[in-house]
Amino acid sequence: MSTAATTRPGDEVVIHRVVEKPMSTRRRVGIGVAISVLGLLSLLLGHNAQAHDARFDLSQGSEFFHVPDLVLPVAATAYVIGIILLAVGAYQAVRGFRPRGLRIAGTGIGALFMLAFLSWAASGGKGSTIDLLGVLENTLALAAPLILGALAGVLCERSGVINVAIEGQMLAGAWAGAMFGTLMGRFGGVLTALVAGALMGWLLAVFAIRYLVNQVVLGVVLNALSLGLTGFIYDAIMQPNANTMNTPQVFQPLQIPVLSKLPLVGPLIFDQNIIVYLMYALVILIQWGLFHSRWGLRTRAVGEHPKAADTVGINVLRVRYVNVILGGAIAGLGGAFMTLGSVGSFTKGITSGNGFIALAALIFGRWSPKGAVAASLLFGFAYELQTLLSLVAPPVAIPSYFLAMLPYLATIFAVAGLVGKVRAPGADGEPYVKE
Amino acid sequence: MTEVAAPTSALPEPGGPDPAAPVRRRRALGDNTIVVTLLAFVAAMVVGAILIAFSDPATRSASAYFFSAPMDTLRAAASAIGRGYAALFEGAVFNPTTAARGTVAGIFGPISETLVSATPLILGGLSVGLAFRAGLFNIGGQGQIVAGATCAGYVGFAWHLPVVIHLVVAIVAGMVGGGLWGALAGWLKARTGAHEVITTIMLNYVAVNMLGFLLSVKGFQRPPYGQAISNVVDANARLPHLLGSSLRVNAGLFLALLAAYAIHWLLTRSVLGFEFRAVGANQNAARTAGMSVERSYTRVMLIAGVLSGLAGVTQILGTNSAITGDIDAGIGFDAITVALLGRANAGGTVLAGLLFGALRAGGVQMQSSTGTPIDVVSVVQALIVLFIAAPALVRFLFRLHGSGAGAGQGLAKGWNG
Amino acid sequence: MKLELRGITKRFGSFTANDAIDLVVEPGEIHALLGENGAGKSTLMNVLYGLYHPDGGEILIDDKVVSFAGPADAMAAGIGMVHQHFMLVPVFTVAENVELGHEQTKGFGILDAAKARREVTEVSARYGLSVPPDALIQDLPVGVQQRVEIVKALIRNAKVLILDEPTAVLTPQETDELMEVMRTLKASGTSIVFITHKLREVRAVADRITVIRRGKVVGEASPNSSSAELASLMVGRPVQLTIEKAAHEPGDVIAEVDNVRIVDDAGQVVVDDVSFDVHAGEIYALAGVQGNGQTELTEAIIGLRPLDGGRITLSGRDITDSDVHDILRADLGYVPEDRLHDGLIGSFTVAENLVLDRYDSAEFSKGPSLDVGRIAANARQRVEEFDVRTQSVDAPGSTLSGGNQQKLVLARELSRPLKLLIVAQPTRGVDVGSTEFIHRRIVAERDGGAAVVLVSTELDEVLGLADRIGVMYRGKIIGEVPAGTSAETIGLLMAGTVPDDLPARLRDPGATATGSRTTVRTEEPL
Repeated sequence: MSTAATTRPGDEVVIHRVVEKPMSTRRRVGIGVAISVLGLLSLLLGHNAQAHDARFDLSQGSEFFHVPDLVLPVAATAYVIGIILLAVGAYQAVRGFRPRGLRIAGTGIGALFMLAFLSWAASGGKGSTIDLLGVLENTLALAAPLILGALAGVLCERSGVINVAIEGQMLAGAWAGAMFGTLMGRFGGVLTALVAGALMGWLLAVFAIRYLVNQVVLGVVLNALSLGLTGFIYDAIMQPNANTMNTPQVFQPLQIPVLSKLPLVGPLIFDQNIIVYLMYALVILIQWGLFHSRWGLRTRAVGEHPKAADTVGINVLRVRYVNVILGGAIAGLGGAFMTLGSVGSFTKGITSGNGFIALAALIFGRWSPKGAVAASLLFGFAYELQTLLSLVAPPVAIPSYFLAMLPYLATIFAVAGLVGKVRAPGADGEPYVKE
Repeated sequence: MTEVAAPTSALPEPGGPDPAAPVRRRRALGDNTIVVTLLAFVAAMVVGAILIAFSDPATRSASAYFFSAPMDTLRAAASAIGRGYAALFEGAVFNPTTAARGTVAGIFGPISETLVSATPLILGGLSVGLAFRAGLFNIGGQGQIVAGATCAGYVGFAWHLPVVIHLVVAIVAGMVGGGLWGALAGWLKARTGAHEVITTIMLNYVAVNMLGFLLSVKGFQRPPYGQAISNVVDANARLPHLLGSSLRVNAGLFLALLAAYAIHWLLTRSVLGFEFRAVGANQNAARTAGMSVERSYTRVMLIAGVLSGLAGVTQILGTNSAITGDIDAGIGFDAITVALLGRANAGGTVLAGLLFGALRAGGVQMQSSTGTPIDVVSVVQALIVLFIAAPALVRFLFRLHGSGAGAGQGLAKGWNG
Repeated sequence: MKLELRGITKRFGSFTANDAIDLVVEPGEIHALLGENGAGKSTLMNVLYGLYHPDGGEILIDDKVVSFAGPADAMAAGIGMVHQHFMLVPVFTVAENVELGHEQTKGFGILDAAKARREVTEVSARYGLSVPPDALIQDLPVGVQQRVEIVKALIRNAKVLILDEPTAVLTPQETDELMEVMRTLKASGTSIVFITHKLREVRAVADRITVIRRGKVVGEASPNSSSAELASLMVGRPVQLTIEKAAHEPGDVIAEVDNVRIVDDAGQVVVDDVSFDVHAGEIYALAGVQGNGQTELTEAIIGLRPLDGGRITLSGRDITDSDVHDILRADLGYVPEDRLHDGLIGSFTVAENLVLDRYDSAEFSKGPSLDVGRIAANARQRVEEFDVRTQSVDAPGSTLSGGNQQKLVLARELSRPLKLLIVAQPTRGVDVGSTEFIHRRIVAERDGGAAVVLVSTELDEVLGLADRIGVMYRGKIIGEVPAGTSAETIGLLMAGTVPDDLPARLRDPGATATGSRTTVRTEEPL
């Protein structure tokens, strides 16, 4: 129990007594039980382990020095982790973590369980070595478009426009990147991808801000429009002339001198293509700018309480237009990563729901850039896990479909408040109209 | 300014200057939803025509020397557009060439295809529209269709029951499957406040992956287990054809019309519908008047799920005979546009479903006879909805006056509410 | 700086909110703009602040015509405004709110947080407006939020400060502090336009008074005018400040609220151990400044809000855990304080709104179907009986004026026999004619034997209607007094002070006029 806000020295203004409402018993115990179930599962994995050791490869070979493989005794690792998780689960059920502690504990619990799981998976027959570095590299590659898409969402939604059209913006970027990348060279491709995404963003902005169309409706319709248009152009001209229209040169990784030779982080972070480097810059810029720049302050104000911003002379609609169009451009870059950064050609619906996953990452990450990055990485890892498990053949086959569901289930749990309440910007989705 | 009555276009404006007669007429036109809808359709078809011309190789090659002989390009374009839209009409309504053969299939084939395409769109549109009216956004049509089709299909091929009974049981199974999948999103919103837009999108992917898994399981998958396709539904569980086996139109159409009538009654004449509408229009007032807002979330999503489930039923027991990964055929998302075009009421949704069904059926014909990619239909559909959602834009394009709000305005607002 | 408005006219559709208004504000004066709700005061100020564009007339500053495209222009010209609903971003700090639109940067658009904080501290110290620069707005009491708004205006060098109904949300004590601030500002040369409908405050602080009625200036008055003079000028006819009603004859206890405690989502104790009871044939008023727990308490009685402690009974039946539907069925009527938010559905027809809480009863439904005929017949009858001015019973509720919307809600609630009627702010934003009608119907309901709980922040309404008054302060009923208690005493209670001259019998439990448990407590800051 504490008292709120004081005002004038000596003249205490007490509003109401503030009582910290404890987490409901049911919820506390429920979370505890969930953790314990993971613990039991770990024990089971340990019991089921086939090979004795699991080997994790952590180096690429070009680093300054060789990082030795991590070798873990599978059964022992899983047992130890299982016991730790059971203990943590019991503590949560009986005493309960505070909300912040729970979030930190949650991250640790997830990492430990994953370690037990991977050890077990590697103990199967075929390849008992897991190229962990490769897994992480692939995770980043799979997460990159998600991160860019989610950043697009951050810009739009922080300024008060719901962006369900990330998918369509990415698709437009992917298409423009491939087609104009073939016609004008890959940098021209990136540039046109930015423009194509921005145009989709502009459509969202005009219809949402000027014509006040419900933004969720609008997002869905713009996705359909983008899918239809790009599909149409693909069928009409790109596919019949694949050689001249749909074979862009793919960006190769650029090694940053010195940094790329660092163990672990070198190959992982500093041996990427230019779009990924651009992404790093955008993440840092947006995360920092949102909270430390005039642009960020105004963007957040417009998204939380547009009328307040208007009364201090801020042009609410212009701030929204700028952010939504910029957001579209960034999503377009995310699309370009798919065609120019990895696949090397465009196909119909190439984004295959990545835009929606990016939306999920945005919400999962509570509308903050760094949260969105973390969520995107998590979802990228879930994708990569599908590939990994088909390669290493774990003792018990796990249908990849269930792994594919993980990001979606995680998002449902997130919005259902099972990992703490998420709160959207105050005026997100509400058009601003002066009387 | 609480004393100011909210301005409405319905009230006369006694004090205001009397607008000049032509302006008044244009204003009346601009506020008429049918006129706006028609103009939206025209505008979208114009864009579609440009795309058709663009995709026509003759037009493209003529445009290379546009400035020396512009008429060549225009002539080629006009011809391409004419052929394209003629094919669209022939595929959707009436084809003189095939009709000349005098067979039932030749005469009624196009209409049959239109009705077949329209059936699940109407059901899906009703599902989305009903949720709209209760203030909810059902983007989960895809998942609910998949769930419904999977359940109905499973009962259809795995069980072996007598005629009629098998069909009824399979239909009910589909309704239950779709209903539960929809109700899950409603229940999550009621219990935890999870926004239905997010949960329904996510549940779509969960359903699709679930189906993917089932299609890899023996017993569900059809021998010889190479392809992701299920066993074939028993003849007893198929929806009967309406115009003989040569035409695909089937009793699913009756299901759709019956559902439309039921929803019309629900929304205009029933106690439950009153509650749904109240919750949709002002949930605070509904709650204060003693309605359980949470209970209606679950109920409305249950019914919406049942409707989408029925769309799945008509897909698996009517149009197709085995479940595949793309059993929903994009209907879940097209249903949203159908509901918007139909302005979330039952009659409008039936008409919108028929229109989009015709576009789908015609698009197939257009692609096969003129080579215009069928995606042009998706573009036209999206544009129609975009235009009717922003009537101010249509009025601007056609120089009309008016003030009416568009479809999809004033529906569920932000993530927080 | 001298500010002058000449012939300002502003129309919304066919409605003229401001009709050729003239107004002169001399440098360093406190100029009160007095008028009823809906008279057009706020519209005029929004025109002045550049939020609305006038349809006619001009604004002059120091005798030069200016025109404002938006608030930015008005601010640049030295006009600052404190809106009735604060224009503060709840999740921002005080400093962030103050600097928004006026950011201190280190160049390249990078915020200089330290400088912003310094500036806030400096300006607030200069005018004695202490505000914590790093606190989040949502954690601050409204009185402090208002000071933030004033600092916001001053930091932009406002020479004319518009205060729009600034005391509506303040305790009398906070109101006094605000008036002190206004005098300080005046002394430093700032002019103040003070918009209000509260006569007492105008007389206490204004140098000059302009009265507005139905969008027109109807006259100037001196602060020395009597309240009755000002009131009749404001309303346009002699106003009967008292409400006629017979002496009340309380019957049995109908509703009992017993040690009720409510904690809101943010963990604040908003209703703190409140007990009272209401008898048949009695109007019990819950008086108090907005935000002292009245809203939450009534929502709890009706079942909209769970209790964190205590018990509520209606005619001896425990309704603590019942839902709204069951409570309404137990003959409780409820007129919520925000009719547009909670009372009616704008897109529903008048007829539908009139059965909003009984559409599923046997009277208006047949099995799963609505009985459309009876719903329409009911509507015609109620519209007639309650004089609801509407084009037809099929017109949407949103097309009605505020007073008629309120009558619509009242008609619905009073159209069935009630044991208990709860009315919250029944005349807020309602014209004088409708107000009198509504008051008469409330008294009639009492005379018919119902128990009535009236929640009102308007002291005059409380004094005019109530048979017994409980004053709420910080979630508690700080005092319970009989009808006829002086406005001063109740005002002090509303400010959290138990006055010394409160007769001993009111401080002594079990000895109040109606013999209920008395709930006078001394308030100690926590």
